[in-house]
Amino acid sequence: MSQLASEMGTPLIFEQGQNGRANRYFARAESAADYLPAEVLRDDLMLPENTELDVVRHYTRLSQRTFGIDLGFYPLGSCTMKYNPRINDAVANLPGLRDLHPFAPDEMAQGALQIMYELERSLASLFGMAAFSLNPAAGAHAELAALLVAKKYFRERGESGRNTVIVPDTAHGTNPASAAMCGFRVISLRSDERGRVGLDELEKVLGPETAVCMMTNPNTLGLFEDHIVEIAKSVHDAGGLMYYDGANANALMGNARPGDMGFDLMHLNTHKTFTIPHGGGGAGHGPLGVAAHLTDYLPIPVVRASKMPNGKPTKFVSDGLTFSLDFDLPKSIGPMRSFWSNFAHAVRALAYMYANGAQGLKRVSELAVLNANYLRVKIAPFLETPYPEICRHEFVASAQKLKKETGVRALDIAKALLDRGYMAPTMYFPLLVPECLMIEPTETESKETLDGFVESLREIVETARRDPKQILDAPTKTVVGRIDETRAARQPDLRWQSH
Amino acid sequence: MSQPQELLFSKEHEWVKVDGDVATVGITDYAQNSLGDIVYVELPKVGSTINQFGNTGVIESVKAVSDLFTPVSGEVLEVNTGLETDPALVNREPFGGGWLFKVKLSKANETSHLLAPESYDQLVAEEGR
Repeated sequence: MSQLASEMGTPLIFEQGQNGRANRYFARAESAADYLPAEVLRDDLMLPENTELDVVRHYTRLSQRTFGIDLGFYPLGSCTMKYNPRINDAVANLPGLRDLHPFAPDEMAQGALQIMYELERSLASLFGMAAFSLNPAAGAHAELAALLVAKKYFRERGESGRNTVIVPDTAHGTNPASAAMCGFRVISLRSDERGRVGLDELEKVLGPETAVCMMTNPNTLGLFEDHIVEIAKSVHDAGGLMYYDGANANALMGNARPGDMGFDLMHLNTHKTFTIPHGGGGAGHGPLGVAAHLTDYLPIPVVRASKMPNGKPTKFVSDGLTFSLDFDLPKSIGPMRSFWSNFAHAVRALAYMYANGAQGLKRVSELAVLNANYLRVKIAPFLETPYPEICRHEFVASAQKLKKETGVRALDIAKALLDRGYMAPTMYFPLLVPECLMIEPTETESKETLDGFVESLREIVETARRDPKQILDAPTKTVVGRIDETRAARQPDLRWQSH
Repeated sequence: MSQPQELLFSKEHEWVKVDGDVATVGITDYAQNSLGDIVYVELPKVGSTINQFGNTGVIESVKAVSDLFTPVSGEVLEVNTGLETDPALVNREPFGGGWLFKVKLSKANETSHLLAPESYDQLVAEEGR
């Protein structure tokens, strides 16, 4: 038994079963030898043979040992872990959408293309951008795409010397990595005492080498960058582009638009804002939006609409139109992902948008902000909140004082929350707040849930003052207790080997 | 907190021990405690020239990846190879076995830009507020 399996008390599926034990409830498949060449066949793979009942029990047991939004409160800051309405999956599973072949010609896929078109138009209108590409498959993937667009844009303007990306310390954590991966030099910008980008500090680093300034607004402290228009003007005056990381878009919908703030490029994490399951490292969806001067550079394909001959206008904008995938963009950075990217996510995102409507989405953001402020004010009496002002959809608390007094750190509070049935908040980010816990409740939680969380947190802090060892030893009720994080980082054991 | 008296300190929480024209560099106990469990240290190349307060490497902890700066200029004479297999030595003995690299000083007078133990104590007290 592998070490982790034995710690968890559950053998791996490979370590269970016996030869010949598999049930035959389904017709036996034809032999692989009938359709595969002999040289690719092998018999040395120790594939497990288990009864169906044992398989069902194994995976049901594992599913009970994990934690997700369907089980409890998940206030993981910057990740927008809101409820994913089941209607999204019902729509994405409609056979006409689910079974569509990626090579289906445009005329056989008009409904699917219409969904992509309407999602693209809706995002453009909601965030004030000229156009979106639905091609990138995740947030960081879209960041990379955006920086490739910027790079190509500057190269074609004869400004290849623009090789620097400015990233404030309140930006999203992936931004510096994306910039470095794209070959840019990264300048980190320290925020001012109000937790915002200071214009004076920004001016000092702007110049002829400036390519892009990457920000998120509200920033990772949950604070609105109230000088964003002036910031955008300074960057534009220096010849640079403004990039908006959509990680925190859940605070803005229907209330403010990045396009109006002066951003030239942006991405959205539809798995955050538009209720697509956070796929456990699997498929994601990161539409990339651009202002009018950058639309030629978007990844291909883009969905085009044209007037159908004799098309009659109806109450839907896109009725009476015919749709096609356009691969012919000479200036495009090219495809970021094969076929139509993760199409089912586009379906889910549009289902969510249409279920809410424009007014509903505005209400979503308002309630997300209300819930965050409710928590912030309730927590402030017993845990420091370094920026005590009205926040947006999330805020940071700090265990710095508690650590000094009791030795209990943000990490220990996080572990103790697991014992009490909550997912831990994001820890130690942003880096500028020591011992920081970044809390984002989202709009889908009730007042009772928020009150329960506050009481648990209060009880943890009180216990830390009375008997810190209790908190330092947490978690004790989870399947796995304190793990050796150094060993996990240095000697990860990620692979099962049969021999 | 009181710091080892024979050392000088930078605002970025590195310490320097000067012995003739050779300086040994490490990070302070406060720094290792703030970083948490250290899992990887990337050190400058032996023989390379580094400049005061310049970026000379990376320290990765379970919490974050942080830049490492050098408090003095000069040629790198030796790096602590023990940290390749046991980076947590920086956590256990920040002022001893967890030293990072040794430099042949090229500018003797630049130590005047560094902090004495009591000034560094003050800095830590302020940051820890």
